[in-house]
Amino acid sequence: MIYAIASGKGGTGKTTVAASLLSLWDRPVTAIDLDVEEPNLHLFLNPEFDSVEKAYIEVPEVDESKCTLCGACTELCQFKAISIMASTLLVFPEMCHGCGGCLAVCPEKALSPSQRELGEICLGKSGDIRFIMGKLRIGEAMSPPLMRQVKERFITHDSEEDIIVDAPPGVSCPAVSAVIDTDCIVLVTEPTPFGFHDFKLAWEAFSPFGKPMGAVINRAGIGDDTVNRFCKEKGIPIWAEIPYDRAIAEAYSRGAVVAEAVESLQETFHELRRNMRKATETSREMNNA
Amino acid sequence: MHEIVIISGKGGAGKTSITGAFAQLAQGAVLCDLDVDAPDLHLLLDPKKESEHEFWSGNEAIIDPAKCEKCGLCFDMCRFNAIEETEDSFQVAPFRCEGCKVCVEFCPADAISFPKRHCGQWYISTTRFDTMVHAQLFPGEENSGRLVTLLKQEAKKIAEAKGFDLVLCDGAPGIGCPVISSLAGTDLALLVTEPTPSGIHDLKRVAELCDGFKIQVAVLINKWDVNPELSDNIEKYCQSKGYSVICRFPHDRAVTDAMVNRKVITEYDNGALKKTLETAWADTVSLLKSK
Repeated sequence: MIYAIASGKGGTGKTTVAASLLSLWDRPVTAIDLDVEEPNLHLFLNPEFDSVEKAYIEVPEVDESKCTLCGACTELCQFKAISIMASTLLVFPEMCHGCGGCLAVCPEKALSPSQRELGEICLGKSGDIRFIMGKLRIGEAMSPPLMRQVKERFITHDSEEDIIVDAPPGVSCPAVSAVIDTDCIVLVTEPTPFGFHDFKLAWEAFSPFGKPMGAVINRAGIGDDTVNRFCKEKGIPIWAEIPYDRAIAEAYSRGAVVAEAVESLQETFHELRRNMRKATETSREMNNA
Repeated sequence: MHEIVIISGKGGAGKTSITGAFAQLAQGAVLCDLDVDAPDLHLLLDPKKESEHEFWSGNEAIIDPAKCEKCGLCFDMCRFNAIEETEDSFQVAPFRCEGCKVCVEFCPADAISFPKRHCGQWYISTTRFDTMVHAQLFPGEENSGRLVTLLKQEAKKIAEAKGFDLVLCDGAPGIGCPVISSLAGTDLALLVTEPTPSGIHDLKRVAELCDGFKIQVAVLINKWDVNPELSDNIEKYCQSKGYSVICRFPHDRAVTDAMVNRKVITEYDNGALKKTLETAWADTVSLLKSK
């Protein structure tokens, strides 16, 4: 099963929850950090990386001797990544989405595949947890292509091994890309106006996928009860509440996995794990029935 | 005309709470929420919409099942796994479609249409402080740099018309497309961080991004007292890089309480917190002027 730890708002505790769940999840288990712009899970699980691979996206390269400036490629490109200026075909590799259209449409075979670096895919282990992380190159604008390549490392796998995905914040393209291929979505939020607003956005964005989804309310006790009331009204199960406690914030600031550092939270995370498993199994049975 | 963008790399570091306070202190700035994916500034500023506009960007492919001859060429050519096989046809999964037009171009049956995509709404509003420009993308849309650029341009136009010298922008988390667009042509990036391993890690990445664009960086350490030692480390790092640390802001529940009351911190607190932010704002302005 693949479990996504997501949230509309950043900084609500996705990584805290993911790291804690991983610490007590049944083995074997794999951790995937898909927040490729700002991956943080490794800071808490301290994996040893035995392979760091560069990831690339295909971009076109022009052979000027073959190009007749017919304009078929520039007309097709939707991303302004290729254009004719003063009788020269220019490629702007940073704009390219790697669709391959220009190469396919060129009647002269004047374009050939080159590449742009997207970032790195880091593979390793944290104790007995397999660890995969995508890390976007600083200056690279597009995170979904790198996320796709990280995802290819795990969505094809057919073993029974569980996977926990730390997703990027938000509800737009990168966040959707992170949760769309998973079996269960955990939405981490906090009971504040910002937390609630973005929780609602995320719930609306992810509901159409029909996956089992539950809430984790972090820093419970601050703010107000709007999130709880909303969950009750919409029938969204609250799978765990992590109380507001400065000791938790301080443990996190030292890089600790809070389920390990704060004993009272052990049972909270075990309960969360049971709820996630149960909801996913129930949903699978219903789909098979 | 000056523009300040408040970003953080890591989400939840306090960007919006700080922007809200500065919106009050600025007195004569157009406010702009460049987090078009999960915007929150409006929750503090309670904007009254003066005008609402549709944001259209890109196109999406739609297969007409009546025309589809099931050759599967689109399925083979799509690099984004956006084509799904159904029982009697193929269809496009809208959340995966990149809008590249390759399937439309090569479909031998001309079965694929390519309508424009309505991606979200944007607004010009009034607030109790000043005019605000903001937006909301629809869920799952490409987190569009184009929308960020558009908001910045609109905010600047309004500031010019009002005779203001400043646009104050709340940014998005991360270092990708929307953040890069928000940094284009800006005068000062104020990076909000916190003394945690994630806070520092993400600060360094976003600061390096700013350096790459040669944008002046200032840093505000939020919740500094949660880990004073790490806060000292952040300050040393900033010194070594030539970034000004304009403020150490404490961890205080008043920040959440202000939010719950739909107020900015400087409206909610009249004591030490307000004073700290007033000093921080004065220092930010003098950094901007010293450029």
